[in-house]
Amino acid sequence: MRNTFINVLIEEAKKDDRICLITPDMGYSVVENFQTLFPDRFFNVGIAEQNAVGVAAGLALSGKIVYVYSIVPFVTMRCFEQIRVDVAYMNTNVRLIGIGAGLSYGPAGATHHSIEDIAIMRALPNMTVCCPGDPVEVKEIIKQSVLYNGPMYIRLGKNGEPNIHPENQKIEIGKGIKMTEGDDLMLITTSNMLEQGQLLVKELLNEGKRATLISMPTIKPFDSEIVIESLKNHTVIYTLEEHSKIGGLGSAVAEVIAENGLGIKLKRIGINDEFTHKIGSQNYLRKKLIFDNVEIR
Amino acid sequence: MNNKIRELILEMMHYSNSSHIGSCLSIVDILYVLYFKIMNVDSKDVNKINRDKFILSKGHGSAALYATLAEKGFFEKEYLKKYYIDDGVLPGHLDMQAVPGIESSAGSLGHGLSIGLGMALANRMDNNKGHIYVLLGDGECNEGSVWEAIMLASTLTVTNLTAIIDYNKLQSLGRTNEIIDQKNIAKRWEAFGWDVCEVDGHNLDELESVFKAKVNGPKVVIAHTVKGKGISFMENKLEWHYKSPNSQQYSSALEELRGK
Repeated sequence: MRNTFINVLIEEAKKDDRICLITPDMGYSVVENFQTLFPDRFFNVGIAEQNAVGVAAGLALSGKIVYVYSIVPFVTMRCFEQIRVDVAYMNTNVRLIGIGAGLSYGPAGATHHSIEDIAIMRALPNMTVCCPGDPVEVKEIIKQSVLYNGPMYIRLGKNGEPNIHPENQKIEIGKGIKMTEGDDLMLITTSNMLEQGQLLVKELLNEGKRATLISMPTIKPFDSEIVIESLKNHTVIYTLEEHSKIGGLGSAVAEVIAENGLGIKLKRIGINDEFTHKIGSQNYLRKKLIFDNVEIR
Repeated sequence: MNNKIRELILEMMHYSNSSHIGSCLSIVDILYVLYFKIMNVDSKDVNKINRDKFILSKGHGSAALYATLAEKGFFEKEYLKKYYIDDGVLPGHLDMQAVPGIESSAGSLGHGLSIGLGMALANRMDNNKGHIYVLLGDGECNEGSVWEAIMLASTLTVTNLTAIIDYNKLQSLGRTNEIIDQKNIAKRWEAFGWDVCEVDGHNLDELESVFKAKVNGPKVVIAHTVKGKGISFMENKLEWHYKSPNSQQYSSALEELRGK
């Protein structure tokens, strides 16, 4: 996803000289081409995330479109107040690009896990929160982000994620994507859980169960229409995310169900309300922290 | 005219019964010199492209900026009565959407220098001649984020950025240098690569000439100021960080400002 991000950004930056990239000293083997092509629009501000976001806001207040790139916890939480005041309150065109969705940096330890980011960014007025599920979604969201009005948080995986959608899939910021339709249950995924969601739906099909699968690349604004419309004929809805069960996709869906009086059973699949002290790869930690004791029926 | 700005602040504080009058009065002369002698700003064309920009990073000094902008004609002085009250227009800390002429919202300390640096970089990229001025409190320099911006600004040798320290030597719980020792404040900024000037922050001629001086990198003006300047019973008194003048104090302060 990060290669898709930087390649699309470079293409867009060739067309629009307002685009700037700031990194607080992150992005080895990712950002170099941008730096070479646009040295005047690239700033490595050093390991100083608060300043990175403040400088981004100053550039954006002067008409620039600014992308700030770092690992999720540092580009969302280390500088959260700068994001709240300089970016969200002043409604500036700053795009926070967070790398390492969920447990991507599994063995690196809990400091590097991103399990609260969707919740906290979603709570900020003016902030748009995008969590693309594959490189096709990344490509479209980054392209559309250039001319999108207001601040954005874009949560990316790491590298090497497969394409799930066909290249020509219609993707729009603020809209969910219905991928399969089935009457037995409904599964909504966001961010890097799209691949797992598709796998689960295939497994269910082998058991003779047909599921509706929705990818939700934008968590805010939330496409409640697609949830409400797709819920017809279903009696149970599952959400799947590599994030705390609190405040992310599952919470957003719960709000839609409750506020629209839909009265449908909801099961949130995600990370429980605890820090992990377990060590392991993303796949290992997914099994331990998300899929342990989960049954989709 | 600087004392007229002080009067406006006094009225605002008395009317709204709000705090921070001391912090406002210490920066009036700096604001006056910037807005009336130095900065290229036009109240009839607030967004003009090559304008200089001022950021009040110590957002609790908002009343001083609101009063200066009103005096400069950015909006009607009537608005000043709508400071810090129910159904008001002007919040206690700066909101750039509140009235024309405010370049950046503020209220949480340590944000302004980074934003100003971003604006300075944008101007350099665009070959825009506008200069960026950022006013910080001395207590505000306790914030680590200020030093992140200080380090980067000198590294990038921006020449269109001036920081101003309102060195009034008092912060909310006591003497600045007793809380975080900054007695060598000039040396600190110099060590981080800035051009440093120290001035009497209430000497209008000194301020004007120091703002006009050309430098080769980012400039910091350490302005020695007096908290509560202009109203003798408030001067250099910690309590006027938080208090607002009652009716009797208001009258006597007004008399003093008007030289009676």
